[in-house]
Amino acid sequence: MNTIIAIIPALPFISFLILVLFGGKLSRRASGWIGAGSVGIAALLTIITGISLLNSVTGEKYYTIILWKWIHAANLNAEIAFRLDSLSLIFCFVITFVGFLIHIYSIGFMEKDEGFTRFFAYMNLFVCSMLILVLADNILLMYLGWEGVGLCSYLLIGFWYKEPENGTAARKAFIITRIGDTAMIIGIFILFVSFGTFNIQDIMQLAQAKWAVGSSIAVITAALLLGGALGKSAQLPLQTWLPDAMAGPSPVSALIHAATMVTAGVYLIARTNVLFSLAPAVQTVIAIIGALTLLIAGFSALAQHDLKRILAYSTISQIGYMFLALGVGAYSAAIFHFMIHAFFKALLFLAAGVIILVLNEEHDIFKMGGLRKKMPAVFWTFLIGSASLSALPLVTAGFYSKDAILWFSYSSINGSIILWMAGVMGAFLTALYSFRMIFITFFGKTNTEPSFKAGILMTAPLLILAVLSLFGGFVELPASLGSVHLFSGLVNQVLPGVVIKNIENMEWLFQLISGVIALSGIYLAYRFYYRKPAYMETFKNSRLNHFFEKGFEFDKVYDTVFVKPVVWLAETDKKDFFDQLNISIAKLALLGNRVMSLTENGKLRWYLLSFAIGIALILTLMMTQ
Amino acid sequence: MLTVPVETQILFAGILFFIGLVGLLVRRNLVFMLMSIEIMFNSAGLVFIIAARHWDQPDGQVMFIFILAVTAVEVAIGLALILQVYHHFKTLDVDAINKLKDDNS
Amino acid sequence: MILVYIIVILLAGAFLAWISGNLSQVWPRIISLITLSIDLLLIITYLTQPTPFSSKWMIDIQYDWITQFGIGIHFALDGLSLLMLLLTFVLGIISVLISWKEINVKVGFFHFNLLLILAGIVGVFLSLDLFLFYFFWELMLVPMYFLIGIWGHENRTKAAYKFFLYTQASGLLMFISIIALYFVHGNSTGIFTFDYIQLLGTHMAPSTAMLIMTGFLAAFLVKLPVVPLHNWLPDAHSEAPTAGSLILAALLLKTGAYGLFRFIVPLFPAASVTFAPIGMALGVIGILYGAKLAFAQTDLKRLIAYTSVSHMGFVILGIFSFNELAYQGVVMQMIAHGISTGALFIMAGQLTERIHTRDITQMGGLWEKAPFMGAIGLIFSMASLGLPGLGNFIAELLILTGAFKASIIMSVLACLGLIAATLYSLRIMQKVFYGKKNNDWKMNDLSLREKIISITLVIIIAGLGFYPQPVFDIAKPALLKTLEQHTDKTVQQKEPVGEEFKLKSNTSLYKISNPL
Repeated sequence: MNTIIAIIPALPFISFLILVLFGGKLSRRASGWIGAGSVGIAALLTIITGISLLNSVTGEKYYTIILWKWIHAANLNAEIAFRLDSLSLIFCFVITFVGFLIHIYSIGFMEKDEGFTRFFAYMNLFVCSMLILVLADNILLMYLGWEGVGLCSYLLIGFWYKEPENGTAARKAFIITRIGDTAMIIGIFILFVSFGTFNIQDIMQLAQAKWAVGSSIAVITAALLLGGALGKSAQLPLQTWLPDAMAGPSPVSALIHAATMVTAGVYLIARTNVLFSLAPAVQTVIAIIGALTLLIAGFSALAQHDLKRILAYSTISQIGYMFLALGVGAYSAAIFHFMIHAFFKALLFLAAGVIILVLNEEHDIFKMGGLRKKMPAVFWTFLIGSASLSALPLVTAGFYSKDAILWFSYSSINGSIILWMAGVMGAFLTALYSFRMIFITFFGKTNTEPSFKAGILMTAPLLILAVLSLFGGFVELPASLGSVHLFSGLVNQVLPGVVIKNIENMEWLFQLISGVIALSGIYLAYRFYYRKPAYMETFKNSRLNHFFEKGFEFDKVYDTVFVKPVVWLAETDKKDFFDQLNISIAKLALLGNRVMSLTENGKLRWYLLSFAIGIALILTLMMTQ
Repeated sequence: MLTVPVETQILFAGILFFIGLVGLLVRRNLVFMLMSIEIMFNSAGLVFIIAARHWDQPDGQVMFIFILAVTAVEVAIGLALILQVYHHFKTLDVDAINKLKDDNS
Repeated sequence: MILVYIIVILLAGAFLAWISGNLSQVWPRIISLITLSIDLLLIITYLTQPTPFSSKWMIDIQYDWITQFGIGIHFALDGLSLLMLLLTFVLGIISVLISWKEINVKVGFFHFNLLLILAGIVGVFLSLDLFLFYFFWELMLVPMYFLIGIWGHENRTKAAYKFFLYTQASGLLMFISIIALYFVHGNSTGIFTFDYIQLLGTHMAPSTAMLIMTGFLAAFLVKLPVVPLHNWLPDAHSEAPTAGSLILAALLLKTGAYGLFRFIVPLFPAASVTFAPIGMALGVIGILYGAKLAFAQTDLKRLIAYTSVSHMGFVILGIFSFNELAYQGVVMQMIAHGISTGALFIMAGQLTERIHTRDITQMGGLWEKAPFMGAIGLIFSMASLGLPGLGNFIAELLILTGAFKASIIMSVLACLGLIAATLYSLRIMQKVFYGKKNNDWKMNDLSLREKIISITLVIIIAGLGFYPQPVFDIAKPALLKTLEQHTDKTVQQKEPVGEEFKLKSNTSLYKISNPL
């Protein structure tokens, strides 16, 4: 069983190599099925390993394997070693299973694209890197996976490389996440220099033993690791790259920018939770960042008119929820929401991809409309996805996961009523913008006609994900509704449980409130966007709407403060002022030449004069000695 | 016989030399420069004669004859060169003969 | 004896190549290839031998030469030199292969110069007699001047002059220092010698040591290169032919780093410690300033040249950290940078051969025409920015961690270089291979010969990224020996190995290691 966990990431990597080396000679079908198949088999192996892990009766609930000694220099040791415990298992499951569905979808989606093989090569490399990230036993290997997913994200966002804007979006993503990664590597240095090891489990134990709660070194290290998480997960203040990343194909947005890579930050914080519990200040910051991000992203989503950008801001917002949960110590709630979010967000992106493809690359929702009757399968799955996103009470999985977060944001000892209010406001916004999407895209007059019907390869994954979005939540039911704790039981093997304040269990009340909020959001969406009264038109043209649409103008601020000065700095000194030293030496030599050549003017009398002067001088010297 | 002090005689030769030198430096015509060189040679010869008289040795006078011979040869060659210069440059202005000038281009 | 043979074979090959150039254009290339392969095979036989620790060397040969002045022929091989020689011969073979089609004029003379440069480099890596070292140091210069001046691009004359004058002047300063050291040693012990082993441990007054070290530093800092003495590099690299750029970037720069290891650190223990803060600061400035300049260039080879400046900043940062971890990183960086920047220069040369311009504003969208070249460019751009899984990451990681132990603030500033590297590496990819086509060039993808070269380099760099252990094992005794010679004479430095480092309560994070 231990060897299988090494095979899980190896399969996509082997498939990547095959596609890179022999892709030119394989047929499209073959490359597509090799690409998707490797992920599929990996998913199967994950499930097998998972069942084995769940059924294991021995005390240790994890599998490890050391492949080879990676670096062994001076006192720095790191191996290529993998470790699968329940946290990694959940992530592996989502990555491989949802990834498999997305790969199947891509066979249909990218059918007519000339870069078909290249696409699957990059996607497989991504899946391999992400698996390495979550399976890594030591933090250096995790960093390898971390950067690997960053690379693949760059390659896939800029996949259609002929358009320069795609390249710009790809570079923006890479650079912003690299800023976070640099903070993270400094944190890793501090950890290594303090503890002499990169192994995550050892670090956690040593930190617990040696660092005091709230000590400055713990705070600094935790803050640096948080920096890395913020970059990858697109939270404040490093969230500006995600909406632009929608330039990539929809399967990429689904896999990387919804389900997996952007949740790497959540994984990091969960994995190194000991460090964060040693730095309560940082944990509070996580919660605050989560709350702020979910609100800002929620408002921004409300003003977008590009279908994928709405979903992008929605992703930022939902990850904000996960950060909020992490910040208050509700780790299992955060992971639960991650899993459910992966299902419905992937569903939404894939469905959006179908719409965009079928409407000939139309992204603007105001140019869509009336697709309810024209594309029923897409409509119903999209509706289920949005309902889950809006946390429609009781029937959708999203309700259970988001609700857990909202409850813990108040009831945890690190929680507060303000955090809860932010979360509820966010829930309202979520329902509002989700159903704005639905009403404008699927109802009303059809502005653009669908040009063809999507095939089974694209529709089947939608259906499967829709089912999961509805029923996936039943593994974790709150006390008021049946108290099923399958999921949190699994997670709490590895992560600490949430500590609740000493209050009575009013969870039912909070669920009631959030249910009402969700429904009222849907109703208001109906009133504003279906009935379309006049004041919506004025709002659409207002300054506030424009501010929301630009994502609170973060892009402009960063452009002025960072981008323009750096470009100016690079441009002004292009010729390298240090070269002036050489140029001045050369000029000095030339000057000397010009001066001295005045004495070589070819005039005989000049020479004679110098003779005479010389003789006079010598005679003077001789006479005065 | 009029006894002129040696210093005066040498001074006279020096003045002659100086006249020759100045003539060499100031005149632009090659022929006149050659003449000035002649004057300088003769002043040097005069110094030899003065010294010979002063020390009562005949060697100075022998030197003077050497100098005459050398001067004659030198003038012959110099005039030949001047002829060539005139042939080439069509002028005897020494400032015009600056082909060895350092051109900074 | 084998060490002498290596150099002699190179010299013999050089002359043969020159003469055979009169016969045909192909013979010099083949002769060079054979010469270098023989030498490579000779060196490979030492790969599996265990390198003994302490002051022992793997091979050590010594002959008398000019005994009146204490000059002898002293060659020695240890782990560090072994790795450098491997790099030299592998990249030498590759440089012959890439100039197969590129050089068509005076081919014999070209290969003569090429092999002479390599002979000079090999001599530098092997010499333990300071006079001999200087001899080979200067031997590297003149053939390289010819290489740039005859077969280079438009501004080759100016670039060749600049290169020659810079390195020659700094070399002369080093020569003065060598002679000064000779006299200082002679005056204090009565033995006048140029031999390295005997010169180790010369007692010098601190000011004398500082002055003599400055002379040596002049030569090595110019070669490395370190800002502000780096200006010869962009011109020389961009105007040289591809093989010239490759040898310059991959090998010549490493002689500077090697000099720092072999001479500065052991010969001047106290003075080098005094210089260390300046050295590390220069390293950080080099990293950031080099990256900034690289980002702004429109000439592809100049851009890559400035990335060399940036990467070599890591080297000097690591050397002046004085711990084994950083030194392993420096060795790895020397090898990985040689491979990755060399590969980028090769790619630039291949592009120039096809479209006859180095201006990236004229390129764009070339992935469509040459996807293989694009993929290679992508891999090595990622190596340049330090992506894990490729050799450069290991190097930078070790250097930064080692530097972190010596000076936190320098290490953190150097980390900013990681972000800066991203800027220029992605610029290369975007401007050359992605984006709109600025010109519709008719170009072929890589030929079989070019593909073999590129794939070899990819395998090496990926191998270094995932399995760097052999490099560390070979280099370890040599590096420990250097450190041992260094710390014997200076205050003992405590290495916080595996211990936690304690922060004072006012959290001053400036220095955690002692005395500087």
